[in-house]
Amino acid sequence: MARAAVRGRLSWTLGDVVELIDETPWVRTIALDVPEWAGHRAGQHVDVRLTAEDGYQAQRSYSIASAPEDDRLAITVEALPDGEVSSYLVGELRVGDKLELRGPIGGYFVWEADRTEPLLLVAGGSGMVPLMSMIRHRHAAGATVPAKLLFSSRAWEDVIYRDELERLASAGDGFAAIHTLTRMQPEGWTGYTRRVDAAMLSDVGWSASAMPASFVCGPTPFVEAVANALLLLGHAAPTIKTERFGPTGG
Amino acid sequence: MSGYVSRGFHGKREAERENARVPPGQYIVRDFPVLSAGPTPHTPTAEWTFAVVGGAPQPTTWTWEQFRALPSEEIRADIHCVTKWTKLDTNWQGVSVDTLLDGIDHDATHVLAFSDGDYTTNLPLEDVSDGKAWIAFNYDGEPLAPEHGGPARLLVPHLYFWKSAKWVRGLQLMDHDEAGFWESYGYHIYGDPWREQRYAGD
Repeated sequence: MARAAVRGRLSWTLGDVVELIDETPWVRTIALDVPEWAGHRAGQHVDVRLTAEDGYQAQRSYSIASAPEDDRLAITVEALPDGEVSSYLVGELRVGDKLELRGPIGGYFVWEADRTEPLLLVAGGSGMVPLMSMIRHRHAAGATVPAKLLFSSRAWEDVIYRDELERLASAGDGFAAIHTLTRMQPEGWTGYTRRVDAAMLSDVGWSASAMPASFVCGPTPFVEAVANALLLLGHAAPTIKTERFGPTGG
Repeated sequence: MSGYVSRGFHGKREAERENARVPPGQYIVRDFPVLSAGPTPHTPTAEWTFAVVGGAPQPTTWTWEQFRALPSEEIRADIHCVTKWTKLDTNWQGVSVDTLLDGIDHDATHVLAFSDGDYTTNLPLEDVSDGKAWIAFNYDGEPLAPEHGGPARLLVPHLYFWKSAKWVRGLQLMDHDEAGFWESYGYHIYGDPWREQRYAGD
């Protein structure tokens, strides 16, 4: 088992909100300038803390969307129904505000561009966020290790980062993005329309004999189904790393 | 706790109303979120054993049938995940760790719980002694589902829930403390939610 270096205490720090990008009507990217940011690895997350005027506080964790190479730290947040923190971040936060955060956190669900195994990324909805950090990192680092993304969304309008993904997939450096749209498809759609299953993973993924590194992120039933399907296809459990975005998360 | 005041943030304050039961930085959930680092193991109970390693006799093991024949208790507890959710009034059935350690000769100060999927977590012996920890096999009156750690998981509700190792298969008795899986990735070595010991150095 890999052991991470022991770090000092993770202190709360302030970031300046420099840009807000509406990825979909419910999903927003918050780009921050964080003067004291010590850097991160692709796949890690941060804790965000909100404080009301009377001192009441709420915290949540959000995956980092930006590459370690990027100048700005970006998180992408999905507004959850009745979400205490997410609804503020998606609906209320403005450019020029500050946001309190600490991190980076997590050292297991990470990928670094010097890895040599073929890369399989399987995302469900906003589970795409930490995988996007890996894709951006791969591109920024000039890595050519072959990488495939299988991304399950409800409809084309719900596909976060879709323009950037199209751009990166046409860069010719060995990255391919395959979508499945499970609820609604645009006219003329010829891609997948069902939930990710073993047959789909067998069609678009790497064979187990290629010893790929697989990262799966999404809601719990999605992650369970994908991880079980990969095991069924012969992938070794330690090569499959999972992270779950529950409907909870505030 | 101080903090930067976020313009326009008021909060839902559900946790505040249950303040005495919700540790700092936590919020209340109704469902039961799932977190794990890899695929869910599905060990059949026919192949399942539980072992206490590092004492005498060495090791002491139970098959599933032997384990289920041990006296068990019903436990109602609030659980607190380091990812910020708290779930109140969860109902479990399990075998007290006291029962498992009874009759084993050792001079341990800590235990390292080990699980299917190579997961480990470390705890001081006193935190799994005297009615503070169980090997739980039922949740809400039903066999514990695999994604929640079934067939059996460690239950140590007074610490952050990553200490309640899913798919637990045994306890290694230790004469020193040694970081487990998440503890070696920057999470706190002890993990007391009431002192908000989420990460190393907290």
